[in-house]
Amino acid sequence: MTDIRYLAPPTLDEAVRAFAAAQGAARILAGGTDLLVQMRNGMARPGTIIDIKKIPEMTSISEAADGSFWVGAAVSGAVLAEHPRFGTVWPGVLEAINLIGSTQVQGRASAGGNLCHGSPAADSVPAMVAAGAVLTIAGPNGRRTLPVEAFPAGPGRTNLAAGEILVGFTLPARPAGSGDAYLRMIPRTEMDIAVVGVGVSLTMAGGVVTAARVGLGAAAPTVLLVADAAKALVGSKLDDAAINAAAAACSAACKPIDDKRGTIVYRTKVAAVLLKRAAAIAADRAQGRA
Amino acid sequence: MNAIDNKWIGKRTIRPDGADKVTGRAGYSADHSMPGMIWGRVLRSPHPHAVIRGIDTSKAEALPGVKAVVTAKDIVNFPLDKSVMLGIQDMRWMCRNVMAREKTLFHGHPVAAVAAISEEVAEAACKLIEVDYEVLPHVIEIEDAIKPDAPILHDFVRHEGKPSNIATTMVNKLGDVDAGFAQADLIIERSFTTRPVHQGYIEPHACTVSYAADGRVTIWSSSQGQFMVRAMTSLLTGIPQSNIRAIPAEIGGGFGAKTIIYLEPVAVMLAKKSGRPVKMVMSRDEVFRATGPTSGSMSTVKIGVKKDGSIVAAQGTFYLQAGGLPGSPLRGPVGCSFSPYNIENVLSVGYDVVSNRSKVAAYRAPGAPLGAYATECVLDEIAEALGMDKLELRLKNTAKPGGKTVYGATLGAITFKETVEAIKNHPHYTAPLDKNPSKGVVRGRGVASGFWFNAGGESSAQLNITEDGNVNVTTGHPDVGGSRASIANVTAELLGIDHSRISVLIGDTSSIGFSNLTGGSRVTFASAMVVTQSAEKVIGQLKERAAKIWKIDPEAVIWDNGEARPAGPNAGQFPPLTLKDLAAKANEMGGPIGAGVQLNTTGADPGFATHCVDVEVDVDLGIVRVLRYTAAQDVGRALHPDYVEGQIQGGVVQGIGWALSEEYLYNAKGQLDNASFLDYRMPVCSDVPMIEPIMLEIPNPKHPQGVRGVGEAPIVPPLAAIANAIHDALGKRFYSLPMSPPKVLAVIDG
Amino acid sequence: MAKLHVTTTINGEPTEFLCDPSQSMLDVLRNTLGLTGSKEGCGTGDCGSCSITLDGRLTCSCLVLAAEVGGREITTIEGMAQGDELHPLQQKFLEMAALQCGICTPGVLMAARALLEKNPDPTETEVRFWLAGNLCRCTGYDKIVRAVLETAAEMRSAA
Repeated sequence: MTDIRYLAPPTLDEAVRAFAAAQGAARILAGGTDLLVQMRNGMARPGTIIDIKKIPEMTSISEAADGSFWVGAAVSGAVLAEHPRFGTVWPGVLEAINLIGSTQVQGRASAGGNLCHGSPAADSVPAMVAAGAVLTIAGPNGRRTLPVEAFPAGPGRTNLAAGEILVGFTLPARPAGSGDAYLRMIPRTEMDIAVVGVGVSLTMAGGVVTAARVGLGAAAPTVLLVADAAKALVGSKLDDAAINAAAAACSAACKPIDDKRGTIVYRTKVAAVLLKRAAAIAADRAQGRA
Repeated sequence: MNAIDNKWIGKRTIRPDGADKVTGRAGYSADHSMPGMIWGRVLRSPHPHAVIRGIDTSKAEALPGVKAVVTAKDIVNFPLDKSVMLGIQDMRWMCRNVMAREKTLFHGHPVAAVAAISEEVAEAACKLIEVDYEVLPHVIEIEDAIKPDAPILHDFVRHEGKPSNIATTMVNKLGDVDAGFAQADLIIERSFTTRPVHQGYIEPHACTVSYAADGRVTIWSSSQGQFMVRAMTSLLTGIPQSNIRAIPAEIGGGFGAKTIIYLEPVAVMLAKKSGRPVKMVMSRDEVFRATGPTSGSMSTVKIGVKKDGSIVAAQGTFYLQAGGLPGSPLRGPVGCSFSPYNIENVLSVGYDVVSNRSKVAAYRAPGAPLGAYATECVLDEIAEALGMDKLELRLKNTAKPGGKTVYGATLGAITFKETVEAIKNHPHYTAPLDKNPSKGVVRGRGVASGFWFNAGGESSAQLNITEDGNVNVTTGHPDVGGSRASIANVTAELLGIDHSRISVLIGDTSSIGFSNLTGGSRVTFASAMVVTQSAEKVIGQLKERAAKIWKIDPEAVIWDNGEARPAGPNAGQFPPLTLKDLAAKANEMGGPIGAGVQLNTTGADPGFATHCVDVEVDVDLGIVRVLRYTAAQDVGRALHPDYVEGQIQGGVVQGIGWALSEEYLYNAKGQLDNASFLDYRMPVCSDVPMIEPIMLEIPNPKHPQGVRGVGEAPIVPPLAAIANAIHDALGKRFYSLPMSPPKVLAVIDG
Repeated sequence: MAKLHVTTTINGEPTEFLCDPSQSMLDVLRNTLGLTGSKEGCGTGDCGSCSITLDGRLTCSCLVLAAEVGGREITTIEGMAQGDELHPLQQKFLEMAALQCGICTPGVLMAARALLEKNPDPTETEVRFWLAGNLCRCTGYDKIVRAVLETAAEMRSAA
């Protein structure tokens, strides 16, 4: 009926060539949990669908000798959860990815798709921002890297250039005494889009925070790196003053909207609450208490 | 609990339709196909309120693959000045709901439909239909719709002599409320709002329709009444009922919303015009936008009591959203809100308010939860003010047998007290509750009661003995949640044969006599009654056959444990004749054995329920979770306890969704903003605890097995029970549903 | 009009079909192959009633392109029983009345089976969260959760 083409190239080079050749009329298919919904409701009408799940680099997880991790853009949440090491090193990132949708959706949905969908409420993104993940992007002009927080450009928009494909995530090596956590607020216990999401990554030594990153989701047009919140935590023993300052920084960073999922007032308050709770979990993990 | 020692009634047998349903073989509405079938799609209004100045379908008709286009011209027009009723449905509104006529009244209102060789072509053709709209100002909320300067939806609707959006006023009165309130030591009056909520069945509306060359129509669809499908389709297409055969597919949930139709008349006209069978299936988005929901409401309840807690007067004012066309369930809040209680002076008034939303459809105990929410929250405040136990307050005011209700009925046996006592004595209610289990977390416990009218009405059954001595039972009501299992138990009990020898079927409109809708908690009550009478007739025939074989008087034969036997030694000495024996001799002894009964059943006394719930509130996020839930209800007699419990458990969880998370959200353009399961937020499995049902089996003396309807009452108390529990936890009252996190946090932060 | 030719395995049977590149697996199952046991409640992955397994992994068939399944193994509700012998979950759902209208049941069963294959001894909480993507509007989930836990216990003691 339709003139859509389906391609499943076995290599990244072929995918990049096909994507560029389609001149904007193509969509990348990873898990499809967003794309198929968009196609169904008429929001997406791609001329070509490029399925990247046959490309080994995009479906692989690997831990390098230096302790950094590679997570291909199309790795599903369920596969990542089954990796023997990833969840022990990056429990916050894993729990964030595993919060995307139902068990069924977990079997398909990927962190790469979650990021490329461009939603400010994407669960995996604040955790990836907190983790300091670096993206590998391939396009007609070769490869480049980009910090994950620089990727979103606005609701539904990204800073991918024409013809570029997200290949995967590199999560940096973890110093000893590190831990991360992600919490989101949803009205139900499952199956909702985050009203607010906060990711926190900490490195601690002797009870003192030596490094921190905070990612904030669903509180602004894009997921934010909240440098002020991190600054408030670094050098502290996570005493009330530091935590409250970081929480206030999270609220201050909010530029939310009133919509069907939450209100400005509510989101601003909740950002602070989640920062406190996520920081406590991250600290427990950093200090080997959890 | 079963006082009578039954072999089958009250047993947890395996349902007759079960194996098909666990293997994917059961045929639901969208599962049927026909040779040569084409697909229909509906074009829906993008505007919440607009005059249709013209529709040009020529481009759509010219698209290759398009086989037919219909608009309101193809649907029978029921003029606005004359009401034509089918049950509680007015065909003036139904014909306009199925296809917009003069105006579109809500975003998603059907304007035209196309049948084509595929859904994609039909969808593409819909986009080619040019509709000339004159867009009008719209109004969504009740409070705006009843303002003097509100946009008026219907010129012919008058309230107090003036054009208005208040389509109907219902007044129920008992005694003199002013005199009653004058005697009160304490009067509490509060106002409440609730949002429209959708029935939320998982099966979207769908149908497959054939219009044969001889003008005979076959409809395969799921509904809560194949006879309703036939009658409404007949009225809206002008095809006589005798030419329409409505086949009930398995129904994937209805909860009231499938007591009317949306697609069938449209599909029939598409099939007639195209000469091809037509299948139509709604998307979930269409289901949310254009079917259901039940009314949102604005209500005020005022209750006056003496110091000892006795209620002297009660007054309720209930504004209900009808949607774009009149017809909200006023009877629910007006009639049910105060009926568990013995109150001499009651004034209960309901207003049916139209606004630019989809037309409401019945939803489980239609309207009653809205009223009970207000009443039971006010009672909670009264108990608190009087320092009385909340259940004691209810016990003190229990309605009395022979008492008169505000809606005019005289109550028979009252089993309300038993439900309150069941909760009062239950370990849930008596267990201590740790109200501050950890920092930032508080817990509370709440109770509330509820009432539903219940219903009897028309039902038909046919019970046939097969040639090999087994049994087929056919009834005329769709089985929404296990009614076939109950019928199998009753039939096995009465005939004294093994359950496995009985097949229970739902007949189509041409194979069984008229049967009213599955709704109002009537089906098990009514169908057990007609099946019982059919079985009694069949047993009479079996005794006659045995008497004939034995050449004795039929009066001298008894039917016992699946066999005919001589009544006693005087009747003679004959070996028993089993059903198989008699079936084998059926033709030589007078022909096939079987009997049917068609009856307008009566004696369905009201249902009562009392619930207890524990909640936990996250005070920093405003999230409320239900920790424990116990629901007591008089069920009369549980023919199949599993499916009675299931009704209670399912109704409670729907009530939890209504109380905490579900609502229709409209944007400024008058468009529904959350037309998906994702954003509509029905409870998921991890949101709720186990729901403990307490089935009180106090047999209804007016029913052969003692059945009392059970399906509606469980959704009546939860809204107030949860609101009262949150108050217990936080010390703050909530007057607006849903009690969603932003609203709860706003109240906490005060 | 270029239809794709897909060769796959469904419920153990080698299967071929033609599909549009944009067609969902659910659409092909229901409307091309006549396997109507998988239900469409939403088409957007929110209700779980179209649940299947793809190479053993639970997923919503409405979120899978039919074009993707070449060379892979699909199991649908129609493949859950072995001939006349119901899967223990199917049998327990009947015995414990874990269904009312039954429209969500195929998806719930597919999801529950995937859970028990992964975790033969789940807690009530684990069952509830695993099944959170399977909406049921009739039962309030009580009897479903009980039936899954009971089946798990029986399968463990039989193993």
